[in-house]
Amino acid sequence: MAKTESNKTGSMVVKRGLAEMLKGGVIMDVVNADQAKIAEDSGACAVMALERVPADIRRDGGVARMSDPEMIEKIQAVVSIPVMAKARIGHFVEAQVLESLGVDFIDESEVLTPADESHHIDKFAFKTPVVCGATNLGEALRRISEGAALIRSKGEAGTGNIVEAVRHLRSIIGDIRKITQADSAELFEWAKRLQAPLPLVQEIAETGWLQVPLFCAGGIATPSDAALAMQLGAEAVFVGSGIFKSDDPAPRARSIVEATTHFRDAEIIAKVSRNLGAPMTGIGMDNIEQRFAERGW
Amino acid sequence: MVAQSQKSKSELTVGVLALQGAFSSHEAVLNKIGVSSRQVRTPQDLEVVDALVMPGGESTTMSQLLESANLFEPINARIKNRMPVFGTCAGMILLAKTIIDGRDDQLSFNAIDIDVQRNAYGRQIDSFEAEIEIGALTGSFHGVFIRAPRIVSFGSSVTALAYCGDDVVLAQQDKVLVASFHPELANDIRLHELFLEGV
Repeated sequence: MAKTESNKTGSMVVKRGLAEMLKGGVIMDVVNADQAKIAEDSGACAVMALERVPADIRRDGGVARMSDPEMIEKIQAVVSIPVMAKARIGHFVEAQVLESLGVDFIDESEVLTPADESHHIDKFAFKTPVVCGATNLGEALRRISEGAALIRSKGEAGTGNIVEAVRHLRSIIGDIRKITQADSAELFEWAKRLQAPLPLVQEIAETGWLQVPLFCAGGIATPSDAALAMQLGAEAVFVGSGIFKSDDPAPRARSIVEATTHFRDAEIIAKVSRNLGAPMTGIGMDNIEQRFAERGW
Repeated sequence: MVAQSQKSKSELTVGVLALQGAFSSHEAVLNKIGVSSRQVRTPQDLEVVDALVMPGGESTTMSQLLESANLFEPINARIKNRMPVFGTCAGMILLAKTIIDGRDDQLSFNAIDIDVQRNAYGRQIDSFEAEIEIGALTGSFHGVFIRAPRIVSFGSSVTALAYCGDDVVLAQQDKVLVASFHPELANDIRLHELFLEGV
């Protein structure tokens, strides 16, 4: 066995390491083992196991919680790619349960009903990496300061509408660009305005990027949506309702995978976009009652 | 004098397979060394590179994308033509002779005589860091193992270059170098330099 006493598990390097490996890929929401298999067959780099996709959570209302461990284990049993699962914001016991199941990544997700109205999970307390959503750079840096190993845009899950994810990506990446142009005195003001730790802001000024990878989530329904997120600067994409709420999930999943890889190649995106059947219907932002993105702070 | 077929470091273009995974980290290391790199997603990209790095990521995803991008056969031909390749983690799986616990339809280049087991150390919670001694380098190398594959056996033409515990974690056969860990995440350029020496 290679594993000896001196080997270190659960470090930030190891947690962020898995996020690095997911780059350029598509993480797909699945609600059962059959869907998980279709996702893996279609080239997903990971699956997100949950009981209801966001579109159904939105439709059903009520309290949305962590999935049944039995269902998560069934999904773990049928795929060889990483399996993620969601815990409610601030619900560190759900996160503990997910860690005990050996899920590869925990999503502290605004798609579920928050369990705590002022505290997010202390993510340093876990050996399992945790991903959090953000709508702007300040939120992203607060999550990173709590130990998030990966940040994703929140977008507006379950809508099939990319507009909110675009807003969040532009806000996060736009502010990063501005910070790289700021002088050292202006960084204090940036930290204050973003309500984020100064050392993290200073680090961004130096490196030009977040401390962890930045993925896109919330509203991706087509290959072009995925490529748009990638061209805007996202490093991978989560697709929730967009695949299994469409008419023909498998070809759509494959085409989104290809468009994410070849995101600058319009000819390939055109080719894979042909004859996919109807995407999920989607809803406009004026017609939604509950904005998931407003959950978390 | 260098042989006629050899280019100097400044003339080299090292490709990084950019279908999925940690390709940008490899590019960052290559840039630090001062060689130009190029992301490889199409057969046209492949034509202009002198060597190829295959990064970590999901080997099943990359295998499918190698087919859909029509890259499998061209890369296979270049490897047979002795193009130097360096595969880390998933990249090592792609280069192996045999994949254990892979998907039935998963492709590999059979470029190095090793049998590799996917996710052999367990799930993410078992991912680890360890110091590795590499004979060709002075001082230890920081090994980052993410859901790492394990070389479970290897043929006589394969040279074991480093161990972690009892496992071979760095191996070479002619122009093919493979690591089960992630040198691109270690903030250390030495292993990439070692690879480039063979280019």
